[in-house]
Amino acid sequence: MDARRKALLFRKLTPYLLLLPTAAYMLFFIGYPIAETVRLAFTDPDTGALGLYNYLTLAQDFHFWEALRYTFLLAGVVIPIQVALALGVSVLLMRRFRGSGAVLYTFLIPLTISDVAAALIWYNILTGSGFLNRFLLNLGLISRPIQFFGYQYRDMEFLAIVTTEVWRATAIVFVIVFAGFQMIGKDYLEAADVFGATQWEKFRYIIFPLVKPSLQTALIIRTLFAMQVFAVVWILAGRDIPVLAGETYYWQVELKNPNVAAAYALIIAAISITLGFLYLKLFKPEYLEG
Amino acid sequence: MGEHVESYKAYKGEALKRIMVYALAVIIVAWIAVPLGLIFISAFAQPADYYNIHKLFPTHFTLDNVYTFLVVLGAWKSTLNSIIVAALTILISFAIGLPAGYSLSRYVFKGKDAFKLSIIGLRMFPVIVLAIPLVVIYLRIGLADTLIGVALAHTAMSLPFVVLITSSLFAGIPVDYEEAGMVFGLTGWEAFLRITMPLALPGLSAAAIFVFIMSWNEVFIASILTLVNRTLPADILVSALNAPDPYKFAAGFIMVLPAMIFVFFARKYLVQVWGISIK
Amino acid sequence: MVGVRLENLVKRFGKVTAVDHINLEIRDGEFVVLLGPSGCGKTTTLRLIAGLELPDEGRVLFGDRDVTYLPPRERNISMVFQSYAVWPHMTVYENIAFPMRIRKVPEDEIKRKVRWAAQLLQIEDLLDRYPHQLSGGQRQRVAVARAIVVEPDVLLMDEPLSNLDALLRVVMRSELKKLQRRLNVTTIYVTHDQVEAMVMADRVAVMRSGRIQQVGTPQEVYDKPANVFVAGFIGSPRMNLFPASVVERDGAILLDAGGLEVKLPADMAEALRRAGPPGEVIAGIRPEDIHPTDRVPPGVEPYEVEGKVDFVEPLGSDTIVHVETSGPVILMKVPGSFPVRMGDEIRVVLNLRKLHVFEKSSEKAIF
Repeated sequence: MDARRKALLFRKLTPYLLLLPTAAYMLFFIGYPIAETVRLAFTDPDTGALGLYNYLTLAQDFHFWEALRYTFLLAGVVIPIQVALALGVSVLLMRRFRGSGAVLYTFLIPLTISDVAAALIWYNILTGSGFLNRFLLNLGLISRPIQFFGYQYRDMEFLAIVTTEVWRATAIVFVIVFAGFQMIGKDYLEAADVFGATQWEKFRYIIFPLVKPSLQTALIIRTLFAMQVFAVVWILAGRDIPVLAGETYYWQVELKNPNVAAAYALIIAAISITLGFLYLKLFKPEYLEG
Repeated sequence: MGEHVESYKAYKGEALKRIMVYALAVIIVAWIAVPLGLIFISAFAQPADYYNIHKLFPTHFTLDNVYTFLVVLGAWKSTLNSIIVAALTILISFAIGLPAGYSLSRYVFKGKDAFKLSIIGLRMFPVIVLAIPLVVIYLRIGLADTLIGVALAHTAMSLPFVVLITSSLFAGIPVDYEEAGMVFGLTGWEAFLRITMPLALPGLSAAAIFVFIMSWNEVFIASILTLVNRTLPADILVSALNAPDPYKFAAGFIMVLPAMIFVFFARKYLVQVWGISIK
Repeated sequence: MVGVRLENLVKRFGKVTAVDHINLEIRDGEFVVLLGPSGCGKTTTLRLIAGLELPDEGRVLFGDRDVTYLPPRERNISMVFQSYAVWPHMTVYENIAFPMRIRKVPEDEIKRKVRWAAQLLQIEDLLDRYPHQLSGGQRQRVAVARAIVVEPDVLLMDEPLSNLDALLRVVMRSELKKLQRRLNVTTIYVTHDQVEAMVMADRVAVMRSGRIQQVGTPQEVYDKPANVFVAGFIGSPRMNLFPASVVERDGAILLDAGGLEVKLPADMAEALRRAGPPGEVIAGIRPEDIHPTDRVPPGVEPYEVEGKVDFVEPLGSDTIVHVETSGPVILMKVPGSFPVRMGDEIRVVLNLRKLHVFEKSSEKAIF
């Protein structure tokens, strides 16, 4: 092959060759397991026949319906709180004040904390001999420790989980929202000041519309993650509060039934894809065009 | 006289706002820092002090909890496993993903947009869904309950991130530098190695730290894929939960510490990773 | 040190043909400027010569060597980039030394040549600094020093002055030209600034939409533009260009420019007659070739026009006067001392010797 053809061919192929390992890897590690999940989910573990057997098992297990309910309920309670907090802290940090850098860094620390650690951190605080109870007891505000854990205190367990999730995962929403805030040109706000806008008006007419894309992005990412909530619930409440990922784990590891586990996994995937679609339909995510 | 009152009111209004801002700042920092501080305290508190609920704060501290957790309960093994898995994940995901990131940053080619879109889409894929079939697949190919098996799964999880972050890093290094290198005697590969890489290294280190943390923290896949060779979070999930409280907290402390330290060092790169700048 | 020949170069990007059959011969030691507006293909042509792009058709030859598909490092070239591309993680010394390091030049020779180049560019005391500590102008000098330090066959420069402030640009223009004269290296220089081209070039290649419009010395493209585009691009202020018709009246050829009926000298009239039947044309005359009636220099073939001053642009040493005539509005360049005010009635003289006429459809020059 002469120099010309060789040089041209190399130039043309190089970008594709560089992509190849990634493309191949993702194809194998996503494509193949998805196919396998589908196969497992629709295979009867006893007979090996294809069918809806596993989904029947699911439907007849009240844990499944509880898991469905709790997963969505948790998301529905936690996410609005996180959005409000993220917006609030963003607005606060937009004012440059001494130490705002430290506040920012501190608020981002939970991004690096695993859900296992977060659960243990709040267990430490909320448990019978935990700091909250000590605090209240020693100040004489209560006479007996408040129980957050245990099957009969399921509502308190839920509260503990909500608190932990808010503590742990607000940073995920915040990080995306705040990046959106930072992209607002200073001039827009200064112009608003010149034309006499109040703080609320500035927020409502300038800041909020400009951060809406970031907010939407943060919402979908957070919601998708919320569908997979696992360790926090498992550590703080076990199966008292079933969630979809928890049930997946239980059927796989403790009941040693990969088929039903796969059925659960498919449901989580289906929910995620549906939410993704709805999101694309409702909002036109500009960030995908970047 | 009237003017003084007006400006005094404005001054007081401003001062009040300032106080509120600082008060809120303190609350926010406390909200995050206090729970962290508390688990540090509990991890090192003498169990006697911990179980005595009439004591507001433990006053006697010990390294025993951490020691017992690591040595007697054997958690040093799972800690080591976590480190190995994270290191392998970094190695593999960068080896595979960095070239792709470079390709996206430098070249224009047919299919580029489609590829980029699919990478972005994959980031939002529920990776835990992979864990179930991987058990079955790994059994078939002999990777069941191995660290490399977990690392490969973690790589799948972090590959989109690595591709996107390296792409953005390389895009920030002007292609002129490489072209000048090629004009003055380097091959394309040498120009990349000797000119672009040194300039990208700080950002790449930060990205590596984030990949480390993602792998270190990951619990669902690790718990499902391992039995004996567990990573730390998997170990905690399965055994530490049955242990007495002080060991739980020692476990929490060990989980939290490396992540916090690393990210402190990488905090300048939160811009590249998340698009925010810390002044 | 070699001559460069471009044979039928073509480069396409998708549907756009950036370089459209370029043919150019550059002599050994010559300073050739590729001049044109942005998007005309001059930078792409330069990159093809450098080897940073590969052509779709055509050849690039350095002397006898066909370098068309050779990578840049095998062409023995140097290049000054528009952004300078001075590597930020190396000192100035390291940057300049780099081309020699690659060629495994011995260390003491490197030291000598780096000092030599730094002296030429007056940056000897900056050798230990890092690029971020330098101003734009200083970084530019580093880029030039790096480019001359190994003797390349061809020196390429891609708008090296466009990021400098105006004053520095004027200074560097003559410095670069003097440098090139001294080193006698074949140089290909890309710019959109026609003043730069006129000052620095041995020959100018005016480009537009991927094609070369005209190649010639600065004086040639100024005096004899080959088409309307070159006529309008070269010269500041711009040549007056206006539509006109060639008419035949009483056996004589006249140029009718909307109210102005110009009787042309015999040779010009003959050229027009030979060029074809009477019809529409484009006429042009430079502002510097129009004079007030009382300031007409010798050797002018006069055609007098009366008009009114529509606008005055005082530039200090010169003044541009916009004159409204019964035909087109024409710009006239006069010395700054010439007394003129908006609204003045004025009589001016066009130097017919310097009149240009272009075919309307092809825009090519008749004379």
